[in-house]
Amino acid sequence: MEQLAIVGLDGLVFASYLFLVSAGLTFIYGVMRILNVAHGSLYGLGAYLGAWLVLRLWPGGTSGQGPLNPALSYVVLLLAALLVGLTVGPFLERVFIRRVADRGEVIPLILTFALFLILDDVMKLIWGVNPLLADLPYSMLGSVSLAGVNYPRYPFLLTGVAALAGGLLWLIVNRTRFGKLVISVIADREVSSALGINVPRIYTFAFALGAVMAALGGAFIAPMISVVPGISIEVIILAFAVTTIGGLGSVGGAAIGALLVGVLRAAAVHYAPEFDLFVIYALMTLILLVKPRGLFGGVEVRRI
Amino acid sequence: MKLLYGRGWLLPGRGWLLVGLFLLIAVAPFIPGWLVFLLTIAFAKGLVVLGVVLLLRGDLVSFGHGLYYAAGAYAAGLALRAGLPVRDAAVLVLLGVVVSTALAAIVGLFLARYRGIFFGMLSVAFSMILYSLLLKLYWLTGGTDGLSVRVSSIFGLQPGAEYLRLAQYYFVLALTVGAVYVAYRLTASPLGYLMRAIYDNEIRVEYMGASVRRAIYRTYLLSGALGGLGGALTAITVGHIAPDLAYWTVSGEFVFVALLGGTGSVLAPLLGSVVFEFVRNYAFKLSPYTWQLLLGSVLLVVILFAPGGLWSIFERLARREPGETAPRKERRWALSWRR
Repeated sequence: MEQLAIVGLDGLVFASYLFLVSAGLTFIYGVMRILNVAHGSLYGLGAYLGAWLVLRLWPGGTSGQGPLNPALSYVVLLLAALLVGLTVGPFLERVFIRRVADRGEVIPLILTFALFLILDDVMKLIWGVNPLLADLPYSMLGSVSLAGVNYPRYPFLLTGVAALAGGLLWLIVNRTRFGKLVISVIADREVSSALGINVPRIYTFAFALGAVMAALGGAFIAPMISVVPGISIEVIILAFAVTTIGGLGSVGGAAIGALLVGVLRAAAVHYAPEFDLFVIYALMTLILLVKPRGLFGGVEVRRI
Repeated sequence: MKLLYGRGWLLPGRGWLLVGLFLLIAVAPFIPGWLVFLLTIAFAKGLVVLGVVLLLRGDLVSFGHGLYYAAGAYAAGLALRAGLPVRDAAVLVLLGVVVSTALAAIVGLFLARYRGIFFGMLSVAFSMILYSLLLKLYWLTGGTDGLSVRVSSIFGLQPGAEYLRLAQYYFVLALTVGAVYVAYRLTASPLGYLMRAIYDNEIRVEYMGASVRRAIYRTYLLSGALGGLGGALTAITVGHIAPDLAYWTVSGEFVFVALLGGTGSVLAPLLGSVVFEFVRNYAFKLSPYTWQLLLGSVLLVVILFAPGGLWSIFERLARREPGETAPRKERRWALSWRR
């Protein structure tokens, strides 16, 4: 019973993390038809900037000593994510991705792979190769006793952030003017353009929005892990699995996919640790074999 | 200048091809050992890239060719670990090719239904499944420690320790020449033309009565076999294998080299592979922390400014006569495909 509760909690937390990093990826694909490998780098940049800022502003570490109130560290994490998402995101889209947007799906994928390689080293150049441990926001919250199990509080904050970000994304797409424009661009790019919608600008905004989601995931996971080179490599391959399971282009699908993968992996970690990676890709393969476009993927129109 | 760029100089017609091959054979004993090793690795990996390129010509990006690369390598490694009595390179390579072809025969059944990004994603999933198994089944594969692959003979010959590297080079070179020729013959066959037609429009191909799935499946088999061949050859050359061979970044590297070389010729992947190994070697020596930055930048430049890869630059240079502005009538290149 206790173990089941822990598996459930772990699964939920892992799912929140997965959702944060894959929602933006699937959203960008939905709008632009570009699978952005550099999404992992945006996550990494968010994590590095968040951890670095927290370490600089509160050098005392867990004791929270510094000129500022330690509670502000959460705001700092949020600001780090926004900064990365709103500067690096549009930069990548405007300078590089836009140039290959009309060359099918494969060339942009490989272009973003090149950007990914470059950004991976840029992070090493800026922050070095030593791990950054910024656990102040994590340890400040302490832990809570749930059903007889001691569980840290911070992961619930991560879940809250994921739910909030997902809800906000839903609101933006479904309840704002910008969202209406996005939906029309998704439906038909050329007709939208003919109707006077500035499609390239919609692309830039959509890309920035997705980038903010990735950086948010990075910044808020940073206090739970040690930020080291290579974190972006691991995360992007997980995000691929989640988004293909949920159906590329569907944010709701990403949420379901994240929950499935999160719980399955938590169960594997507790009951069959040798297979913690295996189950994720086995699930992905199974679902793709049954539903070739993922759980909530659209139907492809075959053009002659 | 006339001499350098005049008619026929840079053109790899059949004659020049033989001259190039002769050079590769004749020069090897006189160049330093590290260079021989680098070329050996470049050719072995070039074969995997050739497999990726065959699929690329049908507009399919296999982002998971590490699957066959690792399968070929581990087939050899596990056979040795299980106590295979014959420690001969040829036997191990044959084993690697058979295993990876069998694997491609199963995986290809599923993959032949997919196109575009979904083909790529499913290939990634399959290769990551193998990666996770190689990583976690410690009792079988040694986990991250990997396995050592030591061969004692090549085709029954037992070269002395000082000639081992050279012998491996000739072994890999011979197999590379053979495999490249087979790949060329296959793509110059009706199957190869069908793949080209699929690249343009697969629905029209179906309307004309050909089976797209069967064409893709057969190409995939060959591609997987090449992957296994490259993997087994790399394993024998390096002498050590690890689960990383199946990781997605390795597969990404193959796609990278495929684009770097271009898809214009069966020789392009080998050219790309040699250039790639050189660039990586020097970049890694010059600045160990920023070699990915350099590789990424090269890839970026190739995608943005030379979409046909290095081969297309080569082709353009060779085709133009001095003082001539319009390209001359196309000529037949040995082992080249014309789009």
